[in-house]
Amino acid sequence: MNFTIPLIQIGEGEKQLVGGKAYALAVLTKKEMNVPAAIAVTTDAYDAYVAQTGLRTKIMMELNRKTYDDIRWEELWDTSLRIRNMFLNTPLPKELKDTIEESVEAYFTGKSVVVRSSAPGEDTSETSFAGLHASYVNVSGTDSILQHMKLVWASLWSDASLLYRTELGLDESRSSMAVVVQEIISGDVSGIGFGQNPNDPAQCVIEAVYGLNQGLVDGTLEPDRWILDRAKGDIISHTPAVRSHRLEISEAGTLLASLPLQLQSRPPLTQERIQNVYGLVMKAEDIFGLPQDVEWTMKDGIIHVLQSRPITTLAGEKKDDKRGWYLSLKRSFENLKTMRQRIEDELIPALKKETEGLSKTDLSLLSDKEIEDEVARRREIFEKWKKIYWDYFIPFAHGMRLFGTVYNDTVHPEDPYEFLSLLSTGDMVSLQRNDILQAMASHVRGNDSLMHDLKEGNFSNPSFRSMLEQFISSHGDLLCRSRHCAEETPSIVHMVLEMASMSVKAISRKEELHEREEIFLAQFQGQKKEDAKAMLDIGRASYSMRDNDNIYMGRLKARVLEAEEEVSRRSGTAERGPASARRFDSLSIGADRSQSPALSDDADPGFGLQARQITGQPAGPGIATGTARVIRAAADLMHFRKGEVLVCDSIDPNMTFVVPLASAVVERRGGMLIHGAIIAREYGLPCVTGISGAAEVIHTGDRVTVDGYLGIVIIENVTNAIREC
Amino acid sequence: MNKIEKISELRQILSNLFAGQKLAVLSSFGNEQPYASLVAFAFTEDLEHLLFATTRSTRKFANLSSESKVALLIDNRSNTDKDFSYAVAATALGRAEEVSGTERASYVHIYLTKHPHLREFLSSPSCALMKINVQKYYVVNRFQNVEELHIQ
Repeated sequence: MNFTIPLIQIGEGEKQLVGGKAYALAVLTKKEMNVPAAIAVTTDAYDAYVAQTGLRTKIMMELNRKTYDDIRWEELWDTSLRIRNMFLNTPLPKELKDTIEESVEAYFTGKSVVVRSSAPGEDTSETSFAGLHASYVNVSGTDSILQHMKLVWASLWSDASLLYRTELGLDESRSSMAVVVQEIISGDVSGIGFGQNPNDPAQCVIEAVYGLNQGLVDGTLEPDRWILDRAKGDIISHTPAVRSHRLEISEAGTLLASLPLQLQSRPPLTQERIQNVYGLVMKAEDIFGLPQDVEWTMKDGIIHVLQSRPITTLAGEKKDDKRGWYLSLKRSFENLKTMRQRIEDELIPALKKETEGLSKTDLSLLSDKEIEDEVARRREIFEKWKKIYWDYFIPFAHGMRLFGTVYNDTVHPEDPYEFLSLLSTGDMVSLQRNDILQAMASHVRGNDSLMHDLKEGNFSNPSFRSMLEQFISSHGDLLCRSRHCAEETPSIVHMVLEMASMSVKAISRKEELHEREEIFLAQFQGQKKEDAKAMLDIGRASYSMRDNDNIYMGRLKARVLEAEEEVSRRSGTAERGPASARRFDSLSIGADRSQSPALSDDADPGFGLQARQITGQPAGPGIATGTARVIRAAADLMHFRKGEVLVCDSIDPNMTFVVPLASAVVERRGGMLIHGAIIAREYGLPCVTGISGAAEVIHTGDRVTVDGYLGIVIIENVTNAIREC
Repeated sequence: MNKIEKISELRQILSNLFAGQKLAVLSSFGNEQPYASLVAFAFTEDLEHLLFATTRSTRKFANLSSESKVALLIDNRSNTDKDFSYAVAATALGRAEEVSGTERASYVHIYLTKHPHLREFLSSPSCALMKINVQKYYVVNRFQNVEELHIQ
């Protein structure tokens, strides 16, 4: 077994063993180009690791929980996170560790390195996919280098890789990953040279930024861009960037630092240096015989090649291929900081203000023509905010994912979702809403005469009435969302009565939260600690916003429906209660309306079919057995009884007021960070998501067990034994 | 996919599984004790019956004589790590009875088509051809997914 090979010793026979990136760097080294000193950790090392530790089998089981077509992008992220945690928590076998350590220490003692992926076949002209696998910049110390090597291995199963698994030919029983450990060059200027412009084959493109290349590669920094004539190297155009920052090496790894003023007005490359980069890119093309995408850095006037691969575009991108969009939701920490400021300081206040403004209009005073115009105006406003929701609120959810990755990298918890417990600070509007309902329930509990009155539909008790009005004024009615129909809708009272009849589980978030926060922050010193605090802060804001944005959008939606209902009222087709709730369902902000195909009742006359045990994703630890209540529409929430298992296709925070009554939550939509999972965690309920066709294969009245540890739902006693077909 | 298609898919999975396997594990019960034994099995195309042969002096035959309720496990494990992801196992529940009379010839044909080398064994007077009338199948795949196919 050859676990490591220095770059200089890599020959053609080792191409598969060291992966495309390491092989290309070895070829360039032999052609006497400036390539930083590096070693390749071979695929043999990866193979030995996953075989000896049993990880290969675990990965296989993890990836085969469900059929690939049934897995949503969010589930892939979760799967990838779980696999990543397995790598983090599985030590290297001794012989393997000793061998790699020896090589790393021989080459890099006292030096900082970059740890890069080098997957076999990754950098061929057919399958070059940029950014699917991980790279870590400025890593020092043998232990840390080895730990980052494991993270690069884990990125063979990153969510991005899994999204493109077919194109990559990813096979959990055979795929492997080599790693390049490369001495870091702290460049003054860095960039990418594309030997051929994908938009014009007669041109090439050079991009450059001040500082390290990572800032350009991960999209944090906008580069200066030059288009050159491919044949002659003449500059055709230059698009300058707004140069405000550069990525520098720091104690914490890298640091986005302000660019000195004198550099802000000066392009990072002079005419002469542009020609140097052009020469480099063309030389790489001569060597490999195909136009190259070359990452380079320049220090003290000397240009170094960091990597070179053939130019390709993402394969398989069809018009309806949303994978590129999913990946664009991943944002850098800097991007999230800017986004947060805009969301908190500008967008949410504007959304609230606009919604409040609408509620001030007395619709009954408008003429018929005016009310029709008002409906159109409100719809338009809703559509405007829906776009903002998708452009800002949805991508901001990446903040909690980013924090989760940092948390797992430092704390190495057994539960890869432990980080969620740090994010829950009780700032979610849905929790505040539910707390008020609990308070009303406490008021009713023990007061038999009030309870009796409420059951009889008599809501005249003054103190209860006042609480009810206060609730409606701050949160609206639970089902129809319109204030004017609240009096006719007993949904709030129903909820309060159900809550009053069960014992209250006090949820103490504060102490545990503080303790976990201390454990997390104790892992860091100095600047790193400040960065960790900032990351936690972003994670928390993102966590609350994930839920709150839907509540705010729900309130805006109520204003649209209110106007529509006024039109219906005047035309004599007004709807109330459940019908109104159905209209609420129909005005959607979500894109994920693709419910699992329902199993129709037509069936084979000789056979009956029933799912007995279904595998989904573990989304909230715990186990509970109860009677299923399938929620297909908001109106079904009215029938919810305490102790039932909430089964739904997808639930949004406007509907999660029933969750405190539930014993467990099951959702068709998969993911750890979907609303159903978040609220279930808040109440300590077992939760399983990603159950295909949940609302179809499980029926109201079925007795089900929800195993939130393993992500399994067991249907024990179906309502009609076996459903006759 | 509607329920007919789903059932048809599951039946196809079972047919393929049964066609690819020669042996199954039979669970019988006697003397207040479950008893497992390996048997060479065959199946009818409609999946309603499973067949196996046993000599009458065996413990399993004695068990079946006093308690006809049985389970039969048929799986395609390869004894590798891939089994945890890719193996399929079907457990049939039903009642076993000895095949006799006019129906025997057709069941013998089915059985010997699958196991021609057992012709001598089956023709022995001491050997009984047993038929399980299947009531339901539990089909497990992907380690933990379980579906129940109920024969009406």
